Amino acid sequence: MIDYTDKLDLCVFEPLKLERPWTLATYRSIGGYSVWEQILKDKPPREQIIDKVKASGLRGRGGAGFPTGVKWSFMPRNSPVQKYLVCNSDESEPGTCHDRDILRYNPHAVIEGLAIAGYATNSTVAYNYIRGEFLGEPVPRFEAALAEAYAAGLLGKNVRDSGVDFDLHTFVGAGAYICGEETALLESLEGKPGKPRFKPPFPANFGVYGAPTTINNTLSYASVPTILRKGPEWFAKLGPANSGGTMIYSMSGHVARPRNIELPMGIPFADLLELNGGMKGGRKLKAVIPGGVSVPVVPGEIMMKTNMDYDSVKAAGSALGTGAAIVMDETTCMVRALERISRFYYAESCGQCTPCREGTGWMNRLLKRFIAGEGRREELALLLDVANRIEGHTICAFGDAAAWPVQSFLKHYRHEFEYMIDHGGRSLVTETLGARAA
Amino acid sequence: MADDLVNIEVDGVAIKAKKGEMLIRATDAAGAYVPRFCYHEKLSIAANCRMCLVEIEKAPKPMPACATPVAEGMKVFTKSPRAIGAQRATMEFLLINHPLDCPICDQGGECELQDLAVGFGRDASRYDERKRSVQDENLGPLIATDMTRCIQCTRCVRFTQEIAGIQELGMIGRGENVKVRTYIESTVNHELSGNVIDLCPVGALVSKPYRFSARAWEMSSTALISPHDPVGTNLFAHTLRGKLMRVVPRENEAINETWIADRDRFSYEGIYAADRLQQPMVRRGGEWVETDWESALLQAAEGLKARAADSGVLVSSCATLEELYLAQRLARGLGTNNVDHRLRQRDFRDQAADPVFPGLGMPVADVDALDALLVIGSHLRREAPILAHRLRKAGRRGAQVSFLNPAQFPYLFPVQSYRVAGAAEMVAELAAVLGAAASATGKAVPAHLAGIVGGAQVGEAHRAIAQSLLSGEKRAVWLGALAGRHARFADLRSLAAALAALTGAKLGRIAEGGNAAGAYLAGAIPHREPGAVAVQHPGLSARDMLGTALRAYLLVGGIEPSVDALDPESVRTLGKAELVVAITPFASPEMKAVAHVLLPMCSFAETSGTYVNCSGTWQSQQGAAAPVGAARPGWKILRVLGNLLNLPGFEYQSSEEVLAEVRARCASVVPAGYQGSHAVSAAGAAEPGTLVDVPMYQSDAVVRRAPSLQRTREGRAPAVAY
Repeated sequence: MIDYTDKLDLCVFEPLKLERPWTLATYRSIGGYSVWEQILKDKPPREQIIDKVKASGLRGRGGAGFPTGVKWSFMPRNSPVQKYLVCNSDESEPGTCHDRDILRYNPHAVIEGLAIAGYATNSTVAYNYIRGEFLGEPVPRFEAALAEAYAAGLLGKNVRDSGVDFDLHTFVGAGAYICGEETALLESLEGKPGKPRFKPPFPANFGVYGAPTTINNTLSYASVPTILRKGPEWFAKLGPANSGGTMIYSMSGHVARPRNIELPMGIPFADLLELNGGMKGGRKLKAVIPGGVSVPVVPGEIMMKTNMDYDSVKAAGSALGTGAAIVMDETTCMVRALERISRFYYAESCGQCTPCREGTGWMNRLLKRFIAGEGRREELALLLDVANRIEGHTICAFGDAAAWPVQSFLKHYRHEFEYMIDHGGRSLVTETLGARAA
Repeated sequence: MADDLVNIEVDGVAIKAKKGEMLIRATDAAGAYVPRFCYHEKLSIAANCRMCLVEIEKAPKPMPACATPVAEGMKVFTKSPRAIGAQRATMEFLLINHPLDCPICDQGGECELQDLAVGFGRDASRYDERKRSVQDENLGPLIATDMTRCIQCTRCVRFTQEIAGIQELGMIGRGENVKVRTYIESTVNHELSGNVIDLCPVGALVSKPYRFSARAWEMSSTALISPHDPVGTNLFAHTLRGKLMRVVPRENEAINETWIADRDRFSYEGIYAADRLQQPMVRRGGEWVETDWESALLQAAEGLKARAADSGVLVSSCATLEELYLAQRLARGLGTNNVDHRLRQRDFRDQAADPVFPGLGMPVADVDALDALLVIGSHLRREAPILAHRLRKAGRRGAQVSFLNPAQFPYLFPVQSYRVAGAAEMVAELAAVLGAAASATGKAVPAHLAGIVGGAQVGEAHRAIAQSLLSGEKRAVWLGALAGRHARFADLRSLAAALAALTGAKLGRIAEGGNAAGAYLAGAIPHREPGAVAVQHPGLSARDMLGTALRAYLLVGGIEPSVDALDPESVRTLGKAELVVAITPFASPEMKAVAHVLLPMCSFAETSGTYVNCSGTWQSQQGAAAPVGAARPGWKILRVLGNLLNLPGFEYQSSEEVLAEVRARCASVVPAGYQGSHAVSAAGAAEPGTLVDVPMYQSDAVVRRAPSLQRTREGRAPAVAY
């Protein structure tokens, strides 16, 4: 493994090596708000900023990986109507926790990123939608930073006599996973039940309160100030083609040191694992879900040959998603793991579309019966069929996200399911590993 | 034109579709049926049932036809393996938690889920788990629930939100546990709420009064017209072996679209009330005895003949055109002009200037397109729910609607101005609006109104109302039923007419009952003969007839003076008469107390006849249900009475012959509005407490007897007088 010392914490986690990194003073000490102040002074053409973000290769870090600059360019920025900016801090994807740490340790990067995006898209009001479970630490930290920024005259009406208005408000959600879906988030922000809207129209035309809205993930916004400070070329070159910049990888599961770690895109998974202390207890790697539970599972041996960037993970049959790698060792019973994942989707479906509303419960019940020793062989095909019938048939991507784990677990670990069904609910893993099994 | 169209291909057939319209409209127009549950033409698009998924070339996933706009060159496959596969998948998901209790479900046989399951379901379920069950809700006396059957299409929720205007139903919960609920255990009270029964594609929301009483396939369906309000709502009556089992909407875009009011839907229960008159009855001494038609008619005819010139005929404004026409012919044959249907009107001073018939002066559908409107004295949602719905559409579109009413009545759309003025102040308020309009336009107020307008206190609100009536294309001033009952109706109308003339708005009137327009055209008024021909010596108005007793009365159409007439005491006047003959479907205690002959008459659902609505649209119907007991259609009873009175030209063989005669007499009628020059003085009697706001379910004899309607919140509301 090469030395990653000077590749750590290059962008959003940059101030983390300093004392009290969440304060305005610390953020300023690394050059924070210099980009925003320059914009207020020069008022460059908005296209110029969008072009720089496009050139940086920054892609949406919320999971879908849509190029951020391109998304900004969809905003009708010269239209006279009120335009909004929304930051999606409703981070609920199981395994993912980088937004939480950004809000805790570098909230000013989010604020500056939003301000810059507000200028670029000509939006004067922004909302940061933070999930309810973050009330403990991230929300107060963000609120404190917001107060600091307002007190320093960095936000508000006619900021520093520039003629630029930018107001930012915090909105705390009530903790539904589906509210992380951008249009459900907008509904929730408007005070309605969080149910995704069908698209088109897209938020850039019909967003919050029916007005043009740009919505990005917290990490995406937080990356923008550094990108503009150090230059889009610097950022783009950090990663391979199509995957510019750094990623905060949330490592969880059976690793020795589960944590968030910011590294350039394209780092080999093997190196990432080693940087996190390798497998817990030195056990053997079995499988990895590389981008939050909504993406397909990848067997360990394939993952060990895969780099962590959009194209490489896709080639391995999955998706980089949120960059949250859930690591599973040889003691993991894949039937039970899938049952747990399917229970999550069963509980979190908004209930709007028929296939997802009815299908997620069906899949979970089938898996529960497998574990209870009441499964039948032909029900494996049924389980897969149910998943296939949800996939691609719903308003939002939740249905796909519920189907993909089932499809991928059955693709790679079908023998475990068959064993359990044939042996009255006993797990293949437990039987082979005996006492060593979890 | 060509710019508005795009070329698309549906199942290999090239068609043209309107740019931007949703695919499902194009496929429907092309005759390529795409199954659907949540989609409804009149409601917003939800795209949540996923039943209408179709394959579109180059689209990576099947797309919902209801939410996909057509685009040039789009190639759609509604029956490809992929499309059918997606539709079958949805059907399987819909059925896994559906109880499949079709044999005991009221919707069986007319269930959209059942119908589509035949085409898209499988013969055996693959679902072996426990099924979901959902607790029922008590939505009130009209709508029964079986929420386990709900497929969460949200049509009912969207209806209450978008059409009714008050969200009485909503979805709670998440995932598999989403439920349609009232949130706070309340009943559903909106006057159009029964429509959710038709909207519900399954048996989750069904009609409570009708439940478990018949099957859709064993009933026959007959078109009817609602007699309860002047809209002329189109209905279908479903009968089983002659008995009316239920009423459902008949689509008519020009009038009621696909909606009907609860009053129209559930009033049918009233025709089978316990006090329905089964046989002709005569009073002998103090006793009521049943008799045969012949002797009852003879007694009535002889009695009327003996008191011919000193008799009066009162007809219900819910009667058919034929009944109204024959009733007035009978009165005039007896040698009197004492015939009237305006039982709740108080002020007849200016009746000579009445329009040819009371109405809106515009098609009902045009109400949607109004830009400005002033409503004077109308509890619109009670008086004409469909008009209120259409007005709400206009209001939501941006029309400036103002009200001048004796109290704050709820409305469910943005209102420009709402003036509350007691009965005594309404005239002065209206004069102030007229004054404001005169100053805004710089035109002079007509001389006959100069006095009152000159003394009016014009305020900001009056100016705002006047200004709203001056902006926009389509504008109107309406006088509602409350205005019609006002002690100074003639004054209100004179001012309203001047206001309309000054601002270029159309003057409209919402009369009582379903056939007031017909009554005017048929001549069931003391001052005009059929065809709007003025009589030289007008007879007595309803008010006068019921004020001091005449020697004989003929009541037609289930009139109950204690509630139908202006003054509850008027029933006493009848009691003083020598002879009261009532042609009525009901024998109420009140009638039995004052009448001498009771002749059982068919209700609105049992007779053929014609109604003229507030736009002047003539709509005819055939009887749907078999007459109860020995009841006969009103026109037949009147015809025989005419024969027995030896009146010439009473040899009608059918109601169509009567209708043809009315048509002929109205052939040369030119629809004309109010043309009066009635002078209004500042002083005038309008005592507080005399302006009665009749509750919606007290409007006529049939409605009053509909038990389910009476159990609703509105049904339990007492009448309020202002």
